[in-house]
Formats: sequence, structure tokens, C-alpha cells
Amino acid sequence: MSTATSNSYLDNLLQSWQRPPASSWLDQLRANAMDSVGTLRMPSTQDEEWRFTDISPLSRLPYPVAHAAPKVQLSDIKHCYLEEASCRLVFVDGQFVPELSNIADNASAIIGNLSSLLPTGDTIARYLGQLAEFQNDVFTALNTAFLRDSACIIIPKNKSVTTPIHLLFISKQTEVTSYPRCLLIAEAGSNATIIEDYITTEEAPYVTNSVVEMSLANTAHVNHIRVQRDNQQAFHIGNCTVSLAHASQYHSVSITLGAYISRYNLNVILSGEGAECAADGLVLISGRQLADTHTFIDHAKPHGKSRQLHKCIVDGMAHGVFNGKIMVRPHAQLTDSTQLSRNLLLTNKARIDTKPQLEIFADDVKCAHGATVGQLDKEEIFYLKSRGLSELTARNLLTYAFGGEVIDRIPISSLKRQLEEIVLARTQIS
Amino acid sequence: MINQDSKTILEVRGLHANVNGIEILKGLDLTVKSGEIHAIMGLNGSGKSTFAKILAGHPAYEVTAGTIIFNDQNLFDLEPEERARAGVFLAFQYPIEIPGVANNQFLRLAYNTVQSQRGKEELDPLEFDDFVREKMKLLEMNPDFLDRSVNEGFSGGEKKRNEILQMALLEPKLAILDETDSGLDIDALRIVANGVNQLTNKDNATILVTHYQRLLDYIVPDYVHVMEAGRIIKTSGKELAKELEAHGYDWINADDHSKTAGVRL
Ligand SMILES: Nc1ncnc2c1ncn2[C@@H]1O[C@H](COP(=O)(O)OP(=O)(O)O)[C@@H](O)[C@H]1O
Ligand SMILES: [Mg+2]
Repeated sequence: MSTATSNSYLDNLLQSWQRPPASSWLDQLRANAMDSVGTLRMPSTQDEEWRFTDISPLSRLPYPVAHAAPKVQLSDIKHCYLEEASCRLVFVDGQFVPELSNIADNASAIIGNLSSLLPTGDTIARYLGQLAEFQNDVFTALNTAFLRDSACIIIPKNKSVTTPIHLLFISKQTEVTSYPRCLLIAEAGSNATIIEDYITTEEAPYVTNSVVEMSLANTAHVNHIRVQRDNQQAFHIGNCTVSLAHASQYHSVSITLGAYISRYNLNVILSGEGAECAADGLVLISGRQLADTHTFIDHAKPHGKSRQLHKCIVDGMAHGVFNGKIMVRPHAQLTDSTQLSRNLLLTNKARIDTKPQLEIFADDVKCAHGATVGQLDKEEIFYLKSRGLSELTARNLLTYAFGGEVIDRIPISSLKRQLEEIVLARTQIS
Repeated sequence: MINQDSKTILEVRGLHANVNGIEILKGLDLTVKSGEIHAIMGLNGSGKSTFAKILAGHPAYEVTAGTIIFNDQNLFDLEPEERARAGVFLAFQYPIEIPGVANNQFLRLAYNTVQSQRGKEELDPLEFDDFVREKMKLLEMNPDFLDRSVNEGFSGGEKKRNEILQMALLEPKLAILDETDSGLDIDALRIVANGVNQLTNKDNATILVTHYQRLLDYIVPDYVHVMEAGRIIKTSGKELAKELEAHGYDWINADDHSKTAGVRL
């Protein structure tokens, strides 16, 4: 294998990797991914896609892959449980923990860890690793090369899972890299809500490199809520690829609160006619955090609809990055797409780089986009103060209101409540 | 009601103020005692709202000369929120919308802040809900407004009622109502005026800024002042408003000049 890198982070990971005997399709997938790693290098700010996000600090941290999951006390994570979720898959440092999980006898879906579902048929083999292309992305390649456990969810044709499925990814060991993974297959006419939730019990750094693949067949309907609440030392790289068949609907809300440096790539391909996608996001960061969200909504077929509201609240010396690419391919006539990036800077050291990127190759389309960067409105602050509220309370209330618009789009009230509390606590520090 | 022995609530002397470097107020004097209702009238642009916002402490207005004593305190020593807690309340001419902030949450925060300042009991959300609904009845407001964002999508009249609702909750010592009557139809005007009348008593004072005599049929002032070019140029009893209505503001000027001339002689 060629090692086209002198990067100690990659070197370490490469050395720790053992070539599987390549007997099964899964081993073959891992081996192919590792071959890709060998041809790739860590991105730098020289790369257009990483222009604002300097991940060189990560390169200096040779965090090995996390092995044996340590025990997690229920009391440490209980507060993140969601009362509405009847089904919960818990992963500690990327590894499935059946004792903490609750896979209720769910007649309407097949839910479990990769290893337990492999014998049930070849569906997973047909999908896993197909959407998340690793040939050009070193993080996806690494995740796939180290792929072991994965949340796997298959919603059979015309079935509805009425309660949310909670995927709880816990970081427990520090100075390790973990590779959370998720595959969702929503068959035709099915319906489900997935919560992808990253938490930690620790305060020291670790690396999370996650990959999610979601495939929605005709008229399937999926709600996807992603919450990243890592600690402020952590590194978090997340990739999610979603494919939408004819008239399917994908609604996602991504909440980014944690990590020292985080990057979330969301790729949604509207590959069938009349597909619909909403990709909303809220980033709330402070101190020296950097949070980079790259989304790519690819209208490949006619009559597609996409809606996007992305908000960043940047406090302290933090740095928010948003790159929202919307592609309307030549045949994707009658596409209806709107994108709005709204950003709130709470200090004059806070920074935001936002870039809407529209590439439209069809002529009969409706596309609107906009970006605003601002501070809290002085007239609004004055109005609140004129009613007796302190400057701080006024600012907190307005900051909270700004973020609330996105949180309100989460259809799970217990999660909404948890997030509202976090946001409230956060806004009260500044 | 005028009572010479009443305590002075507001004493404004020689107030000069700029906005964006342009002088708007040019030597304004005004004394308000407790129990009194004052009307300030005057043409558009004469500086009425500027004066009102200076009382509330709006940061865009720069006071260049003069003094304001509120309740024995130098008003300029107080931040806007401290003024509100001390009992200054401005019902804005153009109340702004605050998307995302729920009206009930905002009203409760404001109420509790002022209550705690006065050493009184704060209310939890449930208690407050009952309390505020009672106050809303007084103003014939639909309780649905509690769940909406502050003023967002409210009609002009609804915004004005929401202002008076805040006044009813905060029970200010000095209320300044800046053109609260404009944009209200006659029924709404009667309801709002009735609400204000119920809130006035011998221990507080009200300044009504208005264009029209109409409001003063419902809230009867003890004094009517005419403002022009940043000063109060005439002060009289409630009959002045009627004369203004009949003769227009030009009549004042003619009248005022002859009077001034008379004094000089
Ligand atoms: N924020 C501001 N910026 C610039 N000019 C202002 C501002 N506020 C008031 N003015 C000016 O001050 C003058 C007085 O305005 P205002 O106090 O609103 O008058 P009134 O309320 O009597 O109609 C007007 O000429 C107005 O244009
Ligand atoms: Mg005015």
C-alpha cells in the first residue's frame, strides 16, 4: 500500500490497521477503503473545501482507534434519554452496547447493530458503503476502513415507525478516534424519525469521525435530527449522505453545540422526481470553537423541492463556517429551492464565513437564497430594557429567540426541551 | 387632578438634545406632579417622540444641556432598565416586533423584574397566566396574543393595546403614551382610554402625546402643552386642545407672539 502522507495522525491510524483476510464483502469493503486512504491525504486550508477550516491541530494528535468500549454509568447519560423514543441504540466510542440499548420488539422495522443483522439477508450488503463514497474523502475512507459496528435500520415497505429511533453515540475514552456509523434504508412508502445524537461524559479531547447513509425509496418519509454535543476539546468530523427517490421526503435539523473543531458534510441527492428535502441547521458556538457546515443539495430530477434555513450564533472568539451548495442539474426543471443563511455575531471577535453556492443548469426553476450576518438589534434590546429587563437578560432572550426558530422545527418535544435548556444555559454565560 | 401640594414627579429644565448631530430639543421645560395628566400636542417633527424616548433613555439621543429630575433622582444617572424599574414607562409610538420572543414570556420577565425591584412577590408561569389574562380582559384583548411573538404580526391597534397591557402590568409612576391613540378606531380608543383611566391615580402621573383632541375627550388632561421646534411654547388647561382643534397650530403662533411681545413691553 502506498503511503502518500507524512501526517502522523494518518500514519498512526494506518499502522494500527490490519488487513482483513478479505473473505467477506465487508472485509473487501474495508480493504478497499483502506486502499483509498493510502491515496489520500489530510485536507488543508489549501483545499477549496477546507479553506476556512484548519484541521492541522488534529494532524498532530495521533489518536488511535478506540477499542473495547469501557463501561458507562447509566446515571451519566440518562439525562440525554428521550421519553418519546421507544427504541434506542447506544454506542460507546463507536461500539455497540446492547446493555444500554433498547430495541423494542418492533414489528414495523428491523433495527440493530450491523453484526446482528448481517445474517438476515443481503439488503445491508447492497447498501452499506454505497452512498458514502470513500474514494475522495479521507475521513469517509477511514471510517469505512475501520468499520465494525453500525446502527442499521430497515423500515420495510409501507411501514411507519411511529416513535423516534434514538441513536446515542457516547464518547467515553479520551485521546482515541471513534468511528460511529449508521445506515438507514427506508423502503417505499415507509416513515420514520431518527435522532443521531453525539454526547460525551468526558472533558479531554477525542476524535469522532462519523458516517451516515440514508436511502429513501419512493414516497418514503424520514425525519433526521442530528445533535452534536461533544465537549469543547473534541474533534468531530461527520459525513451524511442521503439519497431521495421519487416523491420521497427528507426533513433534517442539525444542531451543533460542541467540539473544538467540527465539520459536518451533508449531501442530499434528489435522485427521483418530485423529491423534497428540508435541511435546517443551528450552530451555537463560543470560546475558540470552530464549526463548519458544508451542505450539498443536488437536484438531479425535475419537480424537486428543497428548503434550507441555517443559523449560526457565534460568541467569544469562535468561528462559524457555512457553505451551502445547491446544484440544479440540466434536467431538473421546475425545481423549487430556497436557502437562507442567517448569522448572529455576539462579539466583535466572533467570525462567520458564509457562502451560498448556487449552480443552476436548468432554465425553468425557482431558486432563492440569501445570507445575513448581523448583531443583536439595538432597538430590540432597548425595547426590552425599557420594560426593566437587564442588558444581559435582553441579549440572552434575543439570542435564544434567534436559535429558537430552528429548534422549534424539531418534532420531538423532550429533545426540544433539552436543547432549549442547553441553549439557555449557554446564552447565560456570555 | 391638580393638587398644588402634590409631590413633583418630573422636573425638566432647559433640555437640549441632538440626534445624529442635529439639535432637536432646544430648551424644553416641563413640571409634572403626582396625580396629574399632561397632554403634549404639536405638529409632526416638533420633537415630541424625541422627548419621550429621552425620558426612557434611548441611546440614540444625546442630551447636550439641561436637567431631568425624576422622583428626586437625576434621571441621567439611570440606565433605561433602571428607569423602568423606578417607574418610568413609555408606550412607544411605533412598538417594534420581536420575532421568536414569546409575548407571555416577555411580559412575565418584565413584570417579575419590576416586582422584585419593589420587594414584591414574583409569579410563576401559571400564576402569571391567570394574572395577565385578567388584565387583558380590561383591554378586551384576545388571550391568543400571549402565545405569539412580541408584537409580531399584530395590527397597529393590537400593538398599542399590548403597550397599554404592559403599562397595566408594570404600574408605572410616570407613564408617557406616545400617540397611543393613532391607528385606533373609536371603539378601541374608548377601550384603551378606559384602561388608562383605571390606571391613573393620585400617586402617579401621565403624559399623553397626541395629535388629536379626540383622545382627550376620553382621558381628560389637567394641562395641555404645545410643542414647537423642540420647545414647549404654550401651556394651558384642557380647553386649549379644543381651541387648537378649531383654529390649528398657526393660531398659537400668532397668539403666542403677541403675548411674548406684550410681556416684553
Ligand atoms: N433617529 C433619528 N434620526 C434622525 N432624525 C431623527 C431621529 N429621530 C427624530 N429625528 C428628527 O427629529 C425631529 C423630531 O422628530 P420626533 O421627535 O419624532 O417628532 P414628533 O414626535 O413630534 O413628530 C424630526 O425632524 C425627525 O426627523
Ligand atoms: Mg412622534
